[in-house]
This record gives sequence, C-alpha cells and structure tokens, in this order.
Amino acid sequence: MSNVGIAAAAPEIANNLSRPVVRGYWKSVGHRLRYDYVTLFFLSIILVIALLAVLAPLLAPFDPTKTSMINRMKPIGYRDFMLGTDELGRDMLSRLLWGGRVSLMMGLVPVFLATIIGGFMGVVAGFVGGYVNMAVMRTMDIFYAFPSVLLAIAISGTLGGGTVNGLLALTLVFIPAMCRVAESATTQVRNLDFVEAARASGAGTLSLILHHVLGNVLGPVFIYASSLISVSVLLASGLSFLGLGVEPPTPDWGLMLSTLRSGIYVQPLVCALPGVVIFITSLSFNLVSDGLRRAMDVKA
Amino acid sequence: MWYYALRRILLAVPIALGVSVICFALVYLAPGDPLQSLIPAEAKPEDVEQIRRLYGFDKPVPVQYLIWLKRAVSGDLGVSLQTARPVLLEVMNALSNTIIISAGAVLVAFTLAFVMGTVAAYHIGRPADRFVTSAAVIGVSIPNYWLGIVLVIIFAVKLGVLPATGMGSKGSTSFSLLDWEQAKYAILPMLTMTLVPLGIIMRTTRSAVADALNQDFVEMLRAKGLGPAAVLRHAIRNALPQVLTVMGLQFGYLVGGSILVETIFTWPGTGFLMSKAILTRDVPLLQGAVLILALNFVAINLLVDLVQTAIDPRIKRT
Amino acid sequence: MTSPPDSTLPSLGVAPAKDPRDRGGAKQPMLIAKHLKKYFPIHGGALQRRIGQVQAVDDVSFSVLKGETVGVVGESGCGKSTLARLLMHLIPKDSGELVFDGELIGEARGLSLRELRRNMQIVFQDSYSSLNPRLPIEATIAYGPRVHGMTRADAKKQARDLLDKVGLRPELFGARYPHELSGGQKQRVNIARALALNPRMLILDEAVSALDKSVGAQVLNLLGYLKRHFNLTYLFISHDLSVVQYISDRVLVMYLGQIVEIGPVDSIYKSPRHPYTKALLNSRLALDPTERIDEAPIHGDPPNPINPPSGCRFSTRCPCSEAICETKSPKLGNSTPDAHLVSCHMANPGSGHSRAGQQPTDALRRASETCAGYKRVRSTHGA
Repeated sequence: MSNVGIAAAAPEIANNLSRPVVRGYWKSVGHRLRYDYVTLFFLSIILVIALLAVLAPLLAPFDPTKTSMINRMKPIGYRDFMLGTDELGRDMLSRLLWGGRVSLMMGLVPVFLATIIGGFMGVVAGFVGGYVNMAVMRTMDIFYAFPSVLLAIAISGTLGGGTVNGLLALTLVFIPAMCRVAESATTQVRNLDFVEAARASGAGTLSLILHHVLGNVLGPVFIYASSLISVSVLLASGLSFLGLGVEPPTPDWGLMLSTLRSGIYVQPLVCALPGVVIFITSLSFNLVSDGLRRAMDVKA
Repeated sequence: MWYYALRRILLAVPIALGVSVICFALVYLAPGDPLQSLIPAEAKPEDVEQIRRLYGFDKPVPVQYLIWLKRAVSGDLGVSLQTARPVLLEVMNALSNTIIISAGAVLVAFTLAFVMGTVAAYHIGRPADRFVTSAAVIGVSIPNYWLGIVLVIIFAVKLGVLPATGMGSKGSTSFSLLDWEQAKYAILPMLTMTLVPLGIIMRTTRSAVADALNQDFVEMLRAKGLGPAAVLRHAIRNALPQVLTVMGLQFGYLVGGSILVETIFTWPGTGFLMSKAILTRDVPLLQGAVLILALNFVAINLLVDLVQTAIDPRIKRT
Repeated sequence: MTSPPDSTLPSLGVAPAKDPRDRGGAKQPMLIAKHLKKYFPIHGGALQRRIGQVQAVDDVSFSVLKGETVGVVGESGCGKSTLARLLMHLIPKDSGELVFDGELIGEARGLSLRELRRNMQIVFQDSYSSLNPRLPIEATIAYGPRVHGMTRADAKKQARDLLDKVGLRPELFGARYPHELSGGQKQRVNIARALALNPRMLILDEAVSALDKSVGAQVLNLLGYLKRHFNLTYLFISHDLSVVQYISDRVLVMYLGQIVEIGPVDSIYKSPRHPYTKALLNSRLALDPTERIDEAPIHGDPPNPINPPSGCRFSTRCPCSEAICETKSPKLGNSTPDAHLVSCHMANPGSGHSRAGQQPTDALRRASETCAGYKRVRSTHGA
C-alpha cells in the first residue's frame, strides 16, 4: 500500500496526513490557557503571594510578634515600617507576610482534604448506586441544610476555636459539596457507552473506576475544588475574625482585621490593609478557577 | 401538584430531624463534660445532680436525644447561661432584627443585580457585559466584614453621616424603617450584606437570561417581528424562576450567616447573639440559635422549591 | 485470498475451516436464547411505589447458527437494544436461558461470564460517548486484552495490528483521541475494540445508524470482510430495513418486546407473513415516482409498553385483527433453525381466526388487501 494509493482512495485519511502533532487533553488545556492573559496574570499573582508567604522568614524586616508601645498605630511609610504598625506596635508588613502562611494554609488544606474525602465518597456513591448512594447522599443533604458560615461557626465554636479545630470545621463544611460534585459527575460518566463497552470486555469495578471513570470525573472535581479555595480563604479569615481560628499572637489576616477594628478612627488605611490582601487572594483564586473551567470544559 | 408538595414537605422532615441530631451532637463536641457546658459555673452540686437527672444525662445518648427533641419541639430550648432567659425567646427576638437587614439586602441586591444581569446578557461579550461580570466576581471575592469596616471608615469616620454601630436609641422593640433616626442604623449593615447576593444574583441572571435569549423561540419571536423590548420581556419571564430561586436561597444564607456583619455593626440580630454566645461559652444559646437558623434554612429551601415548581411549567409535578 | 473491499484495508486471508475454539461442532448453534424476559419496574404516585413495569423483552427465543449473520429489525421501543444488552449480560435477565456453543452461560458448570466475554463482544452505535474521550484509541483497544492478563506491550502490539486490519494506519491513528476522528473512523475503532478479545461472535447494535450512507457502506463492507477473515458470527441490530437486508442471512422482526417473525432474509423480504412485517416493508418508499402510496401502511401509534394489550400485541393496529386476537396470544413456534416462522393466528390453522391456515400471498401487497375490507382498529389502552 503506498501513500498515494491511500490518498486517492480515502480523502479523509489524506487530509489528516498533514496534521500536526496529536495533542492530549491536558496539553490542549495548557494550550488554551497560554492565550488567556487574564487567568495567567492572576495565576502569577497567586504564585507571588505563595512565594512571599513561604519566604516570609527571610523577607520580613521585623519579628511579627514583637510589640512596641511607642510605635503603636503608625501610618504607612513611618520610618522603617513600610506599611505601618498595628495597635500593639507590631510591623504590619511582617505580620502580613507571616500571616499569609497561616491564611493560605487555612484556605488550601481544608479544600484539599475535602476533595480527597468527599471526592472518594462521591465516586463510590455514584458508581455503586442503589442504597449506598441514597444513604451517602441523604447524609450529605443534611449537612447541606446548614449555611456554610453557620456550620463552620457551630463546629469550631463548640470545639473551642484554634487552628486545628478551624481546619476541621472547614473541611467538614466542604465535604458535602465535593461529594455532590463527584457523585454527579460519576453518575453521568457511569452511564456512558464506553464504560459499558469496558464492562463488556470483562473489566472489574476497580479497573473500570481507575481507567475510565476517574479520568473523566477529575476534571469537574478539580474545577469545583479550585473555586472553593477562594471561599475557604474568606471563611477561614472570617473564623479568625470571630476569634475562632488562629490564636493570638500568631498573625493571621482575619485576626488582624478583628484586632485592628478599634484603630479605624486613628489609622484607617493601615487597618484596612489585611482586608485588601484577603480580597486580592480570594479574587485571584476566583479568576484563575474561572479560567481553568473555561479551558477544561471544552472538548478539543 | 399537591402530591408533589406533600411529598416534598414530607421529605423535609427527615432532613430537619438530621439537622436536629447534628445540633444535639454539637454539645458533645465541646471539650469536657457536656453537662458542665450546659449549666452555670457556680451551680451547687445538688443542683447539678438535679439537672443531670432532669435533662436525662444518666440515660443512654439516644434517649437523651429523644428527651431533648421532645423539649425542643414544645419550645423549650433551654435557658441562656448569661441572661437566664429562655433561649427561644432570645433567638426569636434577635431573628426579627436579622430578617430586617437580610430581607432589605436581598431586595436591594435583587433589584440592582437583575437589571445589571439582564443588561449584561443582552450585550453579551461587549464592554457592558465585561464590566458587570467583573463586578460580580469582585463582589464575591470581597470579605463582607471587611467591606463593613471600609464602609464604616468612609461613612461614619470620614463623613460622619451614618452611625457606626448599634440599632438606634429606641432599641429593637420598636424599630421602624420609616423613621430616619432609626433607619439610618440599618443602612450600613444592609449595604454590607448586599454585596455577596449582588454578585451571585448578577451571575445567575446573566446566565439565565443569556440562555433564554439563545433559545430557538427567541429567533422565532424576532422573525415574527417583535421588537427588542418585547423579546427581552419573554426572555426574562423564562429566566425568572431560576433567579427567584437563587434569591430565596441567598436570603436563607444571609439569615444564617449574618454573624460577621452583625458583629461589626453590633446589630442585635441572631448572628450577634451567636458571637456573644461563643465568647461567653453560652452553649445552650449557641445550640438553640444554630438549631433555629438551620431549620429556618430548611424551611426557606422548601418554600423556594415549592414556589419554583409552581411557577416553572417545565418541572415535573408527579 | 479474498481481495479487500477498499484499498485502505490490508489483504487478509480467509479463516481456516476448522476453528480451534469450536466446542460444539458445526451443527450446534453458536447462541441459543430461550424464553428471555426483562421487565423494568416503574415507580410513581405519592409514595413512589411500583405501579407498573415496562415489558421490554418478553419471552424471546431464537438461535444463531455458526457463521451466519442474523439481522434484528424493529422500530424504536421494540426492545432490540435491551435484547443486545441482555445477551451480553450487561443487564441481568429476569428469566430465561442463554446457551453459547452448547454451554449454559452463568451456571456453575457452564460458561462463566468472564469466558463469555472472550467469546462474544458488542459494537455500539457511534455516539459521542462510545469511546473514552480521555484515552488515545490505542489504549482503548488495548484495554480489553489487558484486563484479561495480557502484558502492556503485547496488548499495544495487538491494538496496532487490529487498527491496521480495520483500515486505520496505526502510525497515524494510534495515538489519536476520539474527538480527532470522523464518525466512520470512530466506528472502525469500535469494531477493532470489539475484536481485541478475539471473540467468535459479535453483536452489532445500530452499528451504522449514525453514519452517512456512503461511510456506512464502507463499514458494512469492512464487517463482511472481517467476518470471513476471523470466522465470525454476527447478530446485527438495526431499524434500517435495507441495511439488514444487505448484510443478513436470516432476519428476526421484533415488536413490543416479542419476536413476530423470523426466517431467511429472502423469504422475509419477498413474502412477509406477519401483518406488521408487511406494513414495515411497505413503508419503504420506492424510488419510482409512479409508485405512490395513498394510504399509510400502518395506523395508530405503538401502544404503551408499560401496559401492552392483552392477546396479540399488534392487534390494536392490525387491519386483520379479530376477537380471537384480542384474547389469545399467538405463539412463534419452533422447528428447524432456518424455517420461516411467524407469530400470528392467521398462519396457524385451528387458531380460531377466520383466515387461519390460508396460503400466504406472495406479492407485497398492502396489508389491508389481504383482509376483507378495512376493519376499524381497536382503540389503544390507556396510552
């Protein structure tokens, strides 16, 4: 068989002979993202924030917990304090940098844990169906009946506050949502023809889930998880604001907003700073998640 | 239709029960003896024993739950450790205050967001749409308590126009929105609460109206010669059920999640009550408030569901 | 050496006459289905109780001989796809038996499901979801053999070999994703996937229905070619009468979950004996404009499969139906595998029908012509 023969007999094959390199799904996602400048911009902001947080010990000019009575509530640019000081005289810049570690962690860890736990439950419930599915989803419905803020506060409030309890509370709040998304995606995929065909080949449940279902479920799950991160950052800082999250003197953006409240009459700009950072972080995660969704939702 | 309504109401019952189980279990989450968290610290040992038997702490946990449930259903949610007043009374009083600002916020948000969302959908892809979409994203990314602080800085500190905290001198018993002296206390909390619903309703409206405008029947209407205003009216009618649903749900979220905003403005609603309860470790009050707010959310969900089924002819009603 | 139908295909030899996998001998049918039943329950009402069932497949019995192609025709809702899935054991049957090459499927001493999968495979319709969008087609084809223990390298080699055999060059197509293939190419991949486990029988469920006619013709030719090379037996399900006529040796006509007629293809298409088959065949439009149909060959809508009519299920639309048809269900009967059997009272002398036992007409005339006048059809049950 020569190329010429094929080209003459089947134009469809001939057209494809000159096609460029075949691209896998993830590569095509990356390709689409390359031209989405807004998403890339905010992705770089996230990376910058993360970098600053990780390198906080090296970058912070002062000890974030060192108080100073004479330097209380100083404005931006006062002497060496680039961003002013808080109500106890601590350097704002250092506290913001160090606070980033805690706040980012409180934003990312609950979502990560909830994705694993809730995702696992959802995939199992979606794949097995029947009574298992009903039991799992009805239980999730009960947790879903609480507004997230309320549930987070109720759990961490009764547990007594603190970082670990806050993480636990947030994880519990996000598990039902991740479970629902995973279950819905799995149920949709489970009924598709190629899964039936794979079953007809004699594959067992585990093999089916691993090779055929999971690859198609991870997309929606990942997208939803990334959209939860911004919510988690907001909720975590909210908990800290109420005194239910991180304990003083550990710096945390939400906690800082709370303690700085008394100072808004004196130094409004300084007191608003932690909120600005929270806003930028949350906004960046939101926009990046939107961009990811747009890139991943399209086939081909 | 009535079968569906009945079934839906019946379905809400197990959820409500599940919610009550979780609320009940909250007490057991607290570190230490659950009984200790329910009684004042200075109680005498004989009183402790009496309460232990009264509340049934000597019985197994499921039985305790049933006793608690029976009391809750009859309205007895315990007594606040701080004020020694019945929890139900405190929560109900506070709830009405919360509803004032929540309802106001949702109405304002809905009005603004619906208009902006429709405009965005009509001019989809063009600058107006981008502006609205960006505003929506910004809206859901701002921590609302921070916005509250910023608004206080602007209006109370710098401009001195609106009060920073509280509910006015007359208090919550005779609050009236018509009297500016009292109403001005509600403005900033309401505005703060408007933010997130604004963003979400804007997004929902935009996508619902855009979807409706993409339908074949709209092309049909245009082909018949209908002007843009009339076409838009039809599209809006299609999009309305979805948007109203979201609006109702947002109202529920606001009522349940008002704690942050109310703490900033010391607005005496359920949220403020809860934050006080957390500070003073007033567990009965916290538990009661959580229970009522959660049940309230379930009721709102149910109502929204039924309304949507009633007005959207596409939903199956068997 | 048979020459390939088009130049994209390699020249393959014909399979040897004696198949080493054969267990039951040449006379043993490849597949025997006995009294297969599948009902789907329906829930409704205030308490979501079971209020009825869809009788998707109702007492279906037939056999498929080795090396033949049996076509299954019927309209939407007649149960053909459910039948396909029942045969493949993708959904459990409510009752009935399946015998593959003399061995009972699913029983302890018979053929296990796993072994059945190596012998019988299914080719689905080319829908957008017939292939996993996340896997390159090589991996999709290699998946089956790997499940049964083949090494990754061997499975990949076999996959590429099969791609070649169905006319897709492996170097060019192996690493492609489904969204990068046309409909005809995807269907070839579906066929290659089914062949990966070296089955002896293929069930083809609407395999060419989603393709353009010209592409579908290529695929049909490919199927015939592969059949000779691999010594396959086919069960070809379709709603397209001309396609079934082209490819089948015997044809089975289904209506509302039951077989109404079965027989050799020429016999069915030239002298159909069941009124429904006649109506189906009459509804094909002729290319000659002078041959026009004034009256629709069949009236009414198919009744609800949830509550099928009592007696003969076609009686509500049959122009020849009489009182006996509404009370007693006709039976298909069985005799030699290549007999022309029909499930109708008119074919059965002594059934009580006024036209029972009469000679069937040879010509394809309108169904109403064979009955005295045109009878008013019975109203359908609560549809």
